[in-house]
Amino acid sequence: MAPTELSQPTNGSAHLDPTGDTFPKLLLRNVERFGDKVAIREKDYGIWQSYSWREYLAQARLIALGLAAVGFKRGDKTAIVGDNRPQLYWAMLATQALGGVPVPLYQDSIEKEMEFIVDHAEARFAIVEDQEQVDKLLQVQARCPRLERIVYDDPRGLQHYEDAGIVSLAALQELGRRFDQEHPGYFEREVAQGQADDVAIICYTSGTTGQPKGTMLSFRNLIVTGRNAIAYEGLRASDEVVAYLPMAWIGDHMFSFAQSILTGFTTNCPESPATVLQDLREIGPTYFFAPPGIYQRILTTAMIRIEDCAGPKRRMVRFFLDLARRVERRRLAGKPVPPGERLLHAVGRVLVYGPLRDNLGMSKVRLAYTAGEAIGPELFEFYRALGVNMKQLYGMTESSALICIQRDGEVRLDTVGTPLTDVEIRVDPSGEVLYRSPGVFVGYYKNPEATQQTKEDGWVRSGDAGIIDKDGHLRIIDRARDVGRLADGTLFAPKYLENKLKFSPYIREAVCVGQDRPFVAALLNIDVTAVGSWAERRGLAYTSYTDLSQKPEVYELVREEVARMNRSLLDEPQLRGAQVRRFLMLHKELDPDDQEITRTRKVRRGFIAEKYATLVDALYSDEDHVSVEAKVTYEDGRIGTVRADVRIREAEVFASGAPA
Amino acid sequence: MSGEPGAGTLRAPRRAAGFAARADGTSGEKPLLEVERISVRFGAVLALNQVSLDVRRGEILAIIGPNGAGKTTLLNVISGFYQPYEGRILFEGRDRTHLRAPDVAALGLARTFQNVALFRGMTVLDNIMTGRLLKMRGSFLWEALYWGPARRQELEHRAFVERIIDFLEIQAIRKTPAGRLPYGLQKRVELARALAAEPTLLLLDEPMAGMNVEEKEDMCRFILDVNDEFGTTIALIEHDMSVVMDISDRVAVLDYGRKIADGAPADVRANPAVIHAYLGVHHE
Repeated sequence: MAPTELSQPTNGSAHLDPTGDTFPKLLLRNVERFGDKVAIREKDYGIWQSYSWREYLAQARLIALGLAAVGFKRGDKTAIVGDNRPQLYWAMLATQALGGVPVPLYQDSIEKEMEFIVDHAEARFAIVEDQEQVDKLLQVQARCPRLERIVYDDPRGLQHYEDAGIVSLAALQELGRRFDQEHPGYFEREVAQGQADDVAIICYTSGTTGQPKGTMLSFRNLIVTGRNAIAYEGLRASDEVVAYLPMAWIGDHMFSFAQSILTGFTTNCPESPATVLQDLREIGPTYFFAPPGIYQRILTTAMIRIEDCAGPKRRMVRFFLDLARRVERRRLAGKPVPPGERLLHAVGRVLVYGPLRDNLGMSKVRLAYTAGEAIGPELFEFYRALGVNMKQLYGMTESSALICIQRDGEVRLDTVGTPLTDVEIRVDPSGEVLYRSPGVFVGYYKNPEATQQTKEDGWVRSGDAGIIDKDGHLRIIDRARDVGRLADGTLFAPKYLENKLKFSPYIREAVCVGQDRPFVAALLNIDVTAVGSWAERRGLAYTSYTDLSQKPEVYELVREEVARMNRSLLDEPQLRGAQVRRFLMLHKELDPDDQEITRTRKVRRGFIAEKYATLVDALYSDEDHVSVEAKVTYEDGRIGTVRADVRIREAEVFASGAPA
Repeated sequence: MSGEPGAGTLRAPRRAAGFAARADGTSGEKPLLEVERISVRFGAVLALNQVSLDVRRGEILAIIGPNGAGKTTLLNVISGFYQPYEGRILFEGRDRTHLRAPDVAALGLARTFQNVALFRGMTVLDNIMTGRLLKMRGSFLWEALYWGPARRQELEHRAFVERIIDFLEIQAIRKTPAGRLPYGLQKRVELARALAAEPTLLLLDEPMAGMNVEEKEDMCRFILDVNDEFGTTIALIEHDMSVVMDISDRVAVLDYGRKIADGAPADVRANPAVIHAYLGVHHE
């Protein structure tokens, strides 16, 4: 009988000292502890601009006083929208200092999504990055008059706006400076009123179903969880992180804001979303966090460059990468590595692994986490093989980002590690994972029913199906409601298959269907960068995504990738029967604006199955093509249609006896 | 060349002044550029025939016309590539008809080309830096040593170029060789290089040719922003009529080397002579 409960004993960290139980209080302390040490950097005008902890406080303080000057009251909410910018992190802290609650929003949300959150959170203030966000919020404001002030950081293009409600951050800080003279000590008094159990942030979860829910987390949740992870992993003030994931996502909040303030390490904000990979390389973070999709993209970019290399160089890289994977697979399985391979591996370190790691910006990484979704085994092996200490982590917004972390030396491909200090885990008879910890959220904002459904006696339903293995590691298989069976009873874990497919550099997204069906079929999105460059090398002309995705040559290319995935399933007895038999290439990219995937790029399977029902039916018919029409939402909110004729192909399926 | 007092530091008045000049239509202020009865001849071909045109401070002027109408020739005359056969050109009230291209550039005039003319092997950053060359002072020796004033100067120019990079949102390609960029981005880099010269008058020769809809929209936004933020006067040649109608304050139409119309976009569109020229009515 497998164990169904796991826990990690407490270390007494749940008790918080009242002089350091909120982030604003901790920031005041950081100024004494670290003073002129760099707290946050931003690349602007081609140069890394640094701000010390002293400046961090000074800037946040002026924003807070400026907000106070325009009537901010304790309990007010500030919507925060934009790419990762120091100014926006300061804005979060400023809001907390005044006893308010920051509500970060995804910066690429369309108006309708923003309207829901701004309205639901009853935000009175918004602090945003630039004109793009101001434009959206002005539209929102027309329907949510509760939103009084929109503060922007970058004045570009905004000089002719004559709305009374909008003001620049610089002007707000100027108001703050004046307010400070009239009300000396105001900021410090407000900070002193904050308490551990105040709500520190409301994170709206993108949610694969229904409207977003506002998860309220207290200072205690974030500080205790953050601190436990810091102790567990030995994070220190000299660490460097790159803040490039959406500020609205709990992971970024934990790593770039909470833990940075807790340990004093430096957060680095990239120049623009398009420069992240270059900036990553310039900073050389020691502590790195990314969902598998990002690792995949980094890898794809590198692979394209390797493919473009001269022949001998390319063959050398391939040889050593294959070797590294073999060695890493042995290590993960706890098997010894033969001396010959060990020697070659050392050569590879000099010739390939080191330089490649440097190229990926990972030469200084001590800790690279992946989470958010199960990672494809091939992808995981690749990074570990290069010598990047990649580890899996498990958590969610409701747990203050962290539940389980793999310990150094206990890294496995298929587990997410053991519970963090003070965390208890239980698997209920249906297979769903439940947890209880000091990081468990306060509740969903204005949604007690949802809170009740998710949380009981401090135990939270994760919605994930998992098992605890014989070594006491948690293993997540899939979303609890997604794990199913084929018509013949074979276990069907769609996400597992999709992740395997997505390891191919040519496949960007995959959706597998098969519940109560005779076999598994897949709807795929090509990676337009990788396939585009592949087509270019072959002189294959194409006009658009749709055109490229329907080329017979591209189908042949992807067919081989599907076959490779099918073959790899032979190693896994329970999943062997779930090989992909038929597949098609979607004529458009899955897009959060069309609600097909969430902003964190999780596939909304149910929605897609419904929307593309004709395609799914065709996959289970004898047809070799099907014509479709799809609605697309453009970035400006307009709606159009795309028509296409989509081909369907059979994939090669392997019998269990065949050589792997 | 450096003797011109204040050359290169001349700045157009801010947008507000531009609006004022446009609002009364007649403009009490003297035009920035006056082209008076210019003719250009290539052998027996009369490419421009007695063309007169004003460019007013702060405006965006579009020059349109069917193929071979003489638009690019006009731009080339203004920028000093061609010498006119008759007529004269006044820039800020001074006659500069016979100045050569480098001297024209020193007066505060910059341009982009119909077929992108970047240094393909150089990075985007270096390409844009070349736009600052006219502003650089100092001897070859100092430059070679990269020390003292030369270093200081280089840093100042780099800082200026970085503002343009930020403005045109091309941070991600700063270090990419220009020849490796897609066409639309090359056009944007060319605009950046022209802006690096801090021009008073910017001449754009088909800035949107060969672009897709999205690239065109971006380019329109940048042109409007340049005009708005830097107060730069812009004269551009463009074929896409919707673009012309959207972004220009005034439109001049050329046909067979003659100017056949000049006025607000809506008026020009309704002008029968323009419609004839565009619908290809036979000319004998």
